[in-house]
Amino acid sequence: MKIARIRELLSAEILCGEDMMDCEVSSACCCDMMSDVLAYVKDQGVLLTGLVNTQVIRTANMMDMVCVVFVRNKMPTPEIIALAEESGIVVLRSALRAYEASGLLYHAGLGAHESHE
Amino acid sequence: MKAMSEPIRFHFDVDGEDFSSAGGASVIVKKKLRQLGLSPEIIRKVSIAMYEGEINMVIHANGGTADISVDDREITIVLADRGPGIPDIGLAMQEGYSTAKENIRTLGFGAGMGLPNMKKYSDEMQIETEIGVGTTVTMKIRL
Repeated sequence: MKIARIRELLSAEILCGEDMMDCEVSSACCCDMMSDVLAYVKDQGVLLTGLVNTQVIRTANMMDMVCVVFVRNKMPTPEIIALAEESGIVVLRSALRAYEASGLLYHAGLGAHESHE
Repeated sequence: MKAMSEPIRFHFDVDGEDFSSAGGASVIVKKKLRQLGLSPEIIRKVSIAMYEGEINMVIHANGGTADISVDDREITIVLADRGPGIPDIGLAMQEGYSTAKENIRTLGFGAGMGLPNMKKYSDEMQIETEIGVGTTVTMKIRL
């Protein structure tokens, strides 16, 4: 799924990485505990979270993720957006709750695991 | 990767006062390892192990130092702090066990996965700790 499609499905605002909308991702995860992202995530390209701090971007960077979606209309600080920009990570912001946002993406075919077709 | 006669070394001081800058050294190491042409799998292992360690030093030990060396066979990460020490390493190694305060949890950490994760992503891990003196964690990732 293209990040542009994720943006569309979640009616999200692009906070940075507009030039990466054509980037393809094949799985996502939703988590507010960065400890658990580091422990359980494997090759998911997208992180949906309601947690807002610089460590969200660093965690995504460490896990080679390409897109972070802040849900529940959480607004990251300019510092967070700058860090994402520097790390080559797209930042989206959606008014949806985490459950709803995840459900929409899952329903549209973005699974929890990398597909190996 | 090209054969190295001398190990490549990186040193960082990890600031314990500033949670928002924690992980900065791991980001730099990740970049350097990419420049050295190491495989993404190795880089991922080093990144996660070191990042967890860096976060731990900030949360529990008011910072410390990180020393990384890369040679032909392995990457060694040494994280040293002058924190309170770990009273029971066996307990600290259990998944889900954490002594982190509630305020750390609201920052997205302190789930008790740090040390288990560091062990999981490294090929070898050693912890030397003394109460009231500090802790040194040495992790090796083989190439």
